[in-house]
Amino acid sequence: MFGRIRALIIKELLAVWRDGKSRFVLIVPPLLQLAIFSYACTYDVKIASLAVLNQDGGLASHELVAAIAGAPAFSDIVAVNSENDMAAAIDSRRVMVALRIPQDFSRRVENGGGASIQIILDGRRSNSAQIVSGYLQNIITSHNHDLAPTTQVPVLVERSWFNPNLESLWVVVPGLVGVLTQVVALVVTALSVARERELGTFEQLLVTPLRPWEILIGKTTPALLIGVAESTIIIVAAQVWFKVPMTASALLVYAAVVAFLLSVIGVGLFISALSSTQQQAILGAFFYMVPTIILSGFATPVENMPDWMQTLTLANPVRHFLDLAWGLFLKGISPAQAWDSIWPMLVIAAITLTGSAWAFRRRLY
Amino acid sequence: MTTAITLSGVGKRFGPTIAVDNISAALSAGRVTGLVGADGAGKTTLMRLMAGLLNPDDGSISVNGDIGYMPQRFGLYEDLTVSENLRLYAELRSLAPAEQPAIFARLLDFSGLDGFQTRLAGKLSGGMKQKLGLACALVATPSLLLLDEPSVGVDPVSRRQLWRMVHELAEQGVGVVWSTAYLDEAERCHEVLLLDQGRLLHVGPPAELTKRVEGRCFVIKGGADRRKVQLETSARPDVRDSLIQGASVRLVMEEGAPPPKVEGHEVSAVPPRFEDAFITLLERKAAIPTLPPRHRPAVPTDGIAVRATDLVRRFDDFVAVDQVSFAVKAGEIFGLLGPNGAGKSTTFRMLCGLLPVSSGIAEVGGRDLAHAAAQGRQNLGYMSQKFSLYPDLSVQQNLNFFSGIYGLAGKTQRQTIATMRDVFALDPYGGTNAGALPLGFKQRLALACAIMHGPDTLFLDEPTSGVDPLVRREFWTHINAMAAEGVSVLVTTHFLDEAEYCDRLGIIFAGKLIALGTPDEIKAQARSDAIPDPTLEDAFVALVEKAQTS
Repeated sequence: MFGRIRALIIKELLAVWRDGKSRFVLIVPPLLQLAIFSYACTYDVKIASLAVLNQDGGLASHELVAAIAGAPAFSDIVAVNSENDMAAAIDSRRVMVALRIPQDFSRRVENGGGASIQIILDGRRSNSAQIVSGYLQNIITSHNHDLAPTTQVPVLVERSWFNPNLESLWVVVPGLVGVLTQVVALVVTALSVARERELGTFEQLLVTPLRPWEILIGKTTPALLIGVAESTIIIVAAQVWFKVPMTASALLVYAAVVAFLLSVIGVGLFISALSSTQQQAILGAFFYMVPTIILSGFATPVENMPDWMQTLTLANPVRHFLDLAWGLFLKGISPAQAWDSIWPMLVIAAITLTGSAWAFRRRLY
Repeated sequence: MTTAITLSGVGKRFGPTIAVDNISAALSAGRVTGLVGADGAGKTTLMRLMAGLLNPDDGSISVNGDIGYMPQRFGLYEDLTVSENLRLYAELRSLAPAEQPAIFARLLDFSGLDGFQTRLAGKLSGGMKQKLGLACALVATPSLLLLDEPSVGVDPVSRRQLWRMVHELAEQGVGVVWSTAYLDEAERCHEVLLLDQGRLLHVGPPAELTKRVEGRCFVIKGGADRRKVQLETSARPDVRDSLIQGASVRLVMEEGAPPPKVEGHEVSAVPPRFEDAFITLLERKAAIPTLPPRHRPAVPTDGIAVRATDLVRRFDDFVAVDQVSFAVKAGEIFGLLGPNGAGKSTTFRMLCGLLPVSSGIAEVGGRDLAHAAAQGRQNLGYMSQKFSLYPDLSVQQNLNFFSGIYGLAGKTQRQTIATMRDVFALDPYGGTNAGALPLGFKQRLALACAIMHGPDTLFLDEPTSGVDPLVRREFWTHINAMAAEGVSVLVTTHFLDEAEYCDRLGIIFAGKLIALGTPDEIKAQARSDAIPDPTLEDAFVALVEKAQTS
C-alpha cells in the first residue's frame, strides 16, 4: 500500500516538474505577482497634488501654505487664481484636493478670532482623499499649535500597535502569502485530475488496485509539498526583501500553512474531480478564487460587510488564514489564539477532501 | 486520361522528422486513387500538401483544375441540421441561390440523407456524418476530391455505401484520392500509392502488387491447435508471414519455397491479398522476443473468466447497451466487434467497473469489479483505446509508475521492467518522453504497462488500430502467447482483420448482441450462393442488414 502511494506521489511530482510550462507557471508568475502586488496594493498616499486658491494673500495665509508645502506628502502644489480654475484642476484629476483660503483669513488670524479655510476633496477617490484630508488636518492642527500655544486643550497622541508607522506593506505582504499560495495550490490540484481525465490515465488508475483514498493521498501530498515550498519562498521574500517582521515561531507558521493548504487542496481536487476537461477545471478554480479573495479581508475589512456575509466568510479558508497571517507576522500570536483560526480550516479540509474522494468515482462517463 | 495532379520529388520535414520523402506520382481524373499506409506514414501530410495547405520543402506539385478537400474531421457544424450544413457550404462556395435546390436534392439523394434533413449533424452516426461531409465537399463539383481517412469510425455497411459513392463520382470524371490505414480498402481502388515512413513503396494498380505474391499464399486448415501451428510456421525461415484467420492459419511463403507440410492439417493454395504483398515489401525484422513464462492463473470452478448477464446501460432515455449476455472462458480470446458507437466500449467499461450498470450483472473472475475490493482489480490488465500513459514522463518512469501502483517493488520490479524493455524493444527509448514515441512504440509501452503485474484477465480496447501490419502481428504474437498460458483476453475492435485472431466473437450493433460464435461460425451465417466464401465483413454486413429489417 505504501509502495503504491509512493509511486503515485513520485509520478505526480515528475509530471509537474518535467512539463516545462507547468514548471514555469509554478515559479515565475507567483514571484512576479508578489513583486507587483506588494508595490501596487499600497494604501499610503506618498505623493499627493494640491491646488491652492489663496484669495487672501496675507502673511498668515503664506505661512500656512508654506507649512503644507513642507510636508513630504505634498510635493506638488498648484497655485490657482479662480474658483473655476480650482474646479477644473480637480475635474481633470490634476489634483486630488484643493485648499481655498478666504479673503479675510489673515485679518481674522490677526484678530485672534477663529479663521476658517475650505478643503475640497475628489470624492471619486474616496479612500485616498480621506487619507489626504487626515494629513491636512494634522498639519493644520500643528500649525495652529504653533500660532497659539495653549495648554488647556487636550492633545491626542496616536500610537499604532504592531505596525507603528502604519506601513501598508506590512499588511499587504502577509496577505499575499495567503492569496498567492491559494492560487498555486488551487491551480495545481484543479488541473491534476482533469488533466488525467483528458489523457485517459485516470480511468487507467481506476482499474488498478488503488483505492479512492489512496489516490486522494497521492494527489494531496505532492500539492502540499509544492504549496509549502511556494509559501516558504513568499515568507522569506517578505522578511528579506520587504522587511516585514516575523514575530511567531516557524513551527506555528507551518502549522497554519499546512492547515490552509489542506483546505485549498480539498477544494481544488473537488473542482477537478467534477470537471471533465482542464478548461472546465481552470474556469471552476477562478470562479471560486475571486469571491474567496474579496470575502477574505485582504482588500476590505470583513467587519465592514453585512452580518450575513460575515457569517458566510467563515466558510472561506482564506479569511481564516489572513487573520492568522497578520497575527503571525505582526502580533506574535500565541498557539492557543492561532488554533482558533486553524481548526475551522481543518474542518473545511476534512469536508472537501472527503467530497473529492467520493467524486473520484463519480462522473466516469 | 487527363492528369488531375502531378507530384514531382515532393518532400516535407517537420523539424528532424521527414514526413514525406521525395514522392513523385501523377494522379488521373476519373479514377479512385488510394493513399495507403499505417498511422504516421505521411498520408495526411501528403493530403495537405496536395490541398495546398502546406508548402513542400522540396519538389513541386502542379494541379489541373480545382480541389475539394475533406479533412479527417470534416468541419460539420454539430448544432446545425443536415440541410443547414449543406446551405452553409453552398454559401461559402458562393453557389447561386437559384442552383441550390437542385444540387441539394441531388446530393441528399446521392448520400442517402434525404430523410434526415432536419436532424442535427451532431446527432448523426459516424457513417452518416462522413456521408454528409462528403456531400458538403461536393456542393461545388471539384475536378479532384481529396478524402482523408473517410472510413475511420464508419461501420462496414456505411463504408460500402461510401465506396459506392466515390466510384460513382469517378465515373463522372472526378479524380478521387482516398487515404486509409485499412489494407483491404486498397483493393477497391483503381490505383494505389503505398506509403511507409514517408517513402513511396509502390505506385500502380493494387492487383499489380498483389500479383507479385501469386502462388505464395496458402491456408492451413483443420486441427484445434491453430495457435501452435501459427507459432511454429512463423519461426520457419521459408515462411515470410503467418497469421491466424479464424480457425485456419494463412501463410505467405518466401519466393520459390514450397508450402510446408503440417501433420494432420490440410494445406491449400489461396488467392493473394493486398496485405500479403504489402508484408513482403516491408523489411523483415528480427524474431519477436517472447514473454517469459508466468504462473498459470487459477481456473475458476465454472471455467468462466468474464461473464456479462443481461447487461443494460441507459444514458437518460438512450439505451446504449441492451440486454447483452456472453461469457469468456478461461484462456480464451474473445472479441467484441462493432462499429463506433454501437455500445462495445460501454459494455467493456461496465465489465471492468468503470461505469455502473443500469441493470444486469458484470463479473470478472467471479466478482463485480464496480463494488469488489481493490484486490479484485489486481488480477486485471487494462489497455484503453486512447494511449493512456503519461506523455511527460519517460518510458522508464512510466514503467516504474505502473509497476509501482500494482505493488511491484525491489528486485522483482527491476527484473520485470528489464524484461519488458527487452521484449518490447523499448531499450533505446528508456529516457524518451512517452508522448514523443512513435505510435507503434506507444502501443507497445501501453501493453507492457498493462501486463507487468501478470494479470489473469486482459482487457484490450482497440489495441492495434492504426499501427502497421508488422506491429499488429507482433502484438498478436504476445497476446496469443499469454492466452496459451491461460490468460483470458477480452478485445474490442471495429477492425475486421483483428477479429480473425479471436477464438470467439460477439457482434454488437445498436446496443444489441446480434451474433455470437467463432469467426468461422459467424462467416457461415452469411454463406449463400452469391457469396460462397464470405469474409467476416460480408458476414457483418449481412447480419446488420438482418438486424435492421427485423
